[in-house]
Amino acid sequence: MMKKLVIILLALVPVSAFSIDTLEFDTDAQRLQFQVLTEELRCPKCQNQNIADSNAPIAVDLRNEVHRMILEGDNEEQVINFMVERYGDFVVYKPKFDTTTYLLWLGPALIAFLGFIIVVISARKKRPVTTSSVSNTANEIELSQEEKKQLNTILSEDEKM
Amino acid sequence: MKRALLFLPLLLAAGIGVVLFWGLGNDPTTLESARIDDPVPSFSLPSLQDPTKLLSQEDIKGKVSLLNVWATWCPSCRVEHPYLLKIAREYGVPIIGLNYKDDRQAAKEWLVKLDNPYLFNIFDEKGRLGLDLGVYGAPETYIVDSNGIVRYRHVGVIDDRVWRAIIEPRVKQYANEG
Repeated sequence: MMKKLVIILLALVPVSAFSIDTLEFDTDAQRLQFQVLTEELRCPKCQNQNIADSNAPIAVDLRNEVHRMILEGDNEEQVINFMVERYGDFVVYKPKFDTTTYLLWLGPALIAFLGFIIVVISARKKRPVTTSSVSNTANEIELSQEEKKQLNTILSEDEKM
Repeated sequence: MKRALLFLPLLLAAGIGVVLFWGLGNDPTTLESARIDDPVPSFSLPSLQDPTKLLSQEDIKGKVSLLNVWATWCPSCRVEHPYLLKIAREYGVPIIGLNYKDDRQAAKEWLVKLDNPYLFNIFDEKGRLGLDLGVYGAPETYIVDSNGIVRYRHVGVIDDRVWRAIIEPRVKQYANEG
């Protein structure tokens, strides 16, 4: 029983499937570099796939090109630059940080920061209003003797009823 | 002042709406070429008709011309073909063919059967020049100016509408620039 369960669970473990090209590498490091690069590069034809996943002819060509460059000893940056030079920023899922992409990279942080500022400002504005309002301040303000008497009479009247 | 501020979110939402609406009309499959304003990449490839004749980027200079990427395996290229004939003959714009990852024999037969609009054809069997140009599908047409600089890329079929609206005005403009 336990054995079967283990087998079933093992079968359910997702195995990352790589393209089934029969590409040869000299070292495991090169193979790993190839896998990383082909997952980071976007297929120009099939838009929402990386070149590792796609079977479009252009993706096959680009994979072969990455393979060739790795075997020739090019590093990651050289391969990426090679692709961007030909296919533009479109081809990388993580575009470089430069004058045309800074908004893309900083936008989310900028908007979050803006939101934070707005929250702080509106919170500050509201504070004086709350201190003067009755609801929150009952236990902060000391009652005078007169007022205590009044309160007691009201409370005792309540009890009688 | 305070009241005006209340309209800020509305304006913001309207602004985003306009940008997104504009995005709806954009075709995401049409990419701008990364080679715009670069010279045609250097290459040395045989002519389609004559395997012994080697062609290079120098052969594309001299006059504003169209560099048309085509192949016999590409159905849209067949659709485009009659229009290329018209451009070459009636409008007198030189068209250079880049026969992309094709079979030489099939390509030659195609040109005999359907007629030949090309000044000459570069036979790029491995897609090497295609890759250097950033070709990601056929047909694609590059406008190359007289200095051999890539000025524009059109992805997809050239028809009457594309010619009038996109290609012809640019060809004229680049020709006037010298």
